[in-house]
Amino acid sequence: MATQDGGQSQSGKSRREDEVDEVAPEVNPEVAERVEQIGEDVDDLLDEIDAVLEENAEEFVRGYVQKGGQ
Amino acid sequence: MSVRRIMGTEVEYGISVPGQPGANPMVTSSQVVNAYGARPELTRGGRARWDYEEESPLRDARGFTYTGTAYDPAEALADEDLGLANVILTNGARLYVDHAHPEYSTPEVTNPLDLVLWDKAGERVMAEGARRAATIPGSHPIHLYKHNTDNKGSSFGAHENYLMRRQTPFADIVTYLTPFFVTRQIVCGAGRVGIGQDGSQAGYQISQRADFFEVEVGLETTLKRPIINTRDEPHSDADKYRRLHVIIGDANLSEISTYLKLGTTALILTMIEEKALGTDLGIADPVAELRSVSHDPSLKHLMRLRDGRRLTALDVQWAYYERVKSFVDDRTGSDTDEMTRDVLQRWESVLERLGRDPMLCSQELDWVAKLRLLEGYRERENLGWASSKLQLVDLQYADVREEKGLYHRLVARGAMKTMLDPQRVELAMVEPPDDTRAYFRGRCLAKYASEVVAASWDSVIFDVGREALVRVPMMEPEKGTKKHVGALFDRCPSAKDLLEIITS
Repeated sequence: MATQDGGQSQSGKSRREDEVDEVAPEVNPEVAERVEQIGEDVDDLLDEIDAVLEENAEEFVRGYVQKGGQ
Repeated sequence: MSVRRIMGTEVEYGISVPGQPGANPMVTSSQVVNAYGARPELTRGGRARWDYEEESPLRDARGFTYTGTAYDPAEALADEDLGLANVILTNGARLYVDHAHPEYSTPEVTNPLDLVLWDKAGERVMAEGARRAATIPGSHPIHLYKHNTDNKGSSFGAHENYLMRRQTPFADIVTYLTPFFVTRQIVCGAGRVGIGQDGSQAGYQISQRADFFEVEVGLETTLKRPIINTRDEPHSDADKYRRLHVIIGDANLSEISTYLKLGTTALILTMIEEKALGTDLGIADPVAELRSVSHDPSLKHLMRLRDGRRLTALDVQWAYYERVKSFVDDRTGSDTDEMTRDVLQRWESVLERLGRDPMLCSQELDWVAKLRLLEGYRERENLGWASSKLQLVDLQYADVREEKGLYHRLVARGAMKTMLDPQRVELAMVEPPDDTRAYFRGRCLAKYASEVVAASWDSVIFDVGREALVRVPMMEPEKGTKKHVGALFDRCPSAKDLLEIITS
């Protein structure tokens, strides 16, 4: 019973696996390119964020205490 | 078959006054609400709106003209924290203090894109409330965060509401919705640094809220939180409608996360109403799996289903997607409305990319966008997950100020995709939706403020100089629209004139 997931998936799993199989040669460069792009972007982004981040992270985070809610 | 349905959200915002640990959050929340309530369009009539908290509602009630379902002011009062700020806005929304947080409830809307619009307007309302509060001499700056936990054991809600057919058995909702709610976080989670209710275990998880849910079904919202909440308070004709009150979602900054959260849930609800789902996706231990899914940003965790199968959250989302897609194709086919097609396309696209590499969704989904920032810092500064800088990034992602909030900085750089024209969001702070009763509520407040004594979701109460107050019930959320009553507002200079026409 516990190992029947192969049989169930006209939807989820098999679909995913099919796609990965079919498009793998195209996907990899695309992902790589995207990741590279993200990488370059992130450096600039982190520089900008450093400029707006609250000072003294530890104290600021420790001081953020909420009463309960829903 | 459509994503269209009456819906709304209610979001509690985190609040703090840095450097003032003794600040009372009920007081500071009230300051934010009252400061916003001092805007010109809300003070023209010189009265508070939604003023159940005044001392008079019980007495006023005796003079109310009862029509339709009886108005029970005691019940209304029980829902309120007596004496705390409470304002109804001209856009039909409600801005108030709930527990120790300022909260914004959107006006009722008919579709997920409008929901995003009025939900985002709520963020700006909060930002402006805080900005205005800071101009009071002697006050300290108040910070507001659209998220769900302080990482010290407290959680606060971002609830969704969906109008459903009353005849749908609640047991069906529990059966078919639970696996969806356990797994939809991979699309609409907001991301969190820290594991466990107090966040003390180092790590990153997909959802802000997952660790705070303890039971499968129940009425509570603050203790023993249930995956499916049973509150039954329809604010409409109770014979026809149920308001499904959803407490399990995260507060999203991403417009696309919010859109997909509401859009996909609305589709599942229609499937449930149409009895179009099977029981085969039942999860053996939903509460435990909710956490396990959240704790695994690689999306590889295998949940155990009741029938013994092992599936990932992504598998289950795909299964729901496929069923909805084929049901839509079958029912409405090429007549399917554009927004429904758009929700389906985006849902499919997001699932497909999450399956390849979640980072491919870093410009759309909150939990991935936040993770991307955090991974950037981890790599550049060699930080562990327990680092307070990473916790600060998590917190500040949700800061509502455009100049300080990291989500907003991402949008400003073009690193986060949006759906809405910012000018429309600005307008939605004051204008109600055209196509629900929120239109009637909002227009009454904008035009007849001095004659409106109180308003609630399902009524507007006027004092037009008669012996008794006049209560106009609005038990049908899709009535009181611009189409129905727009011309009346143009014709009637006062509420007295309006009431003469609609009560004659």
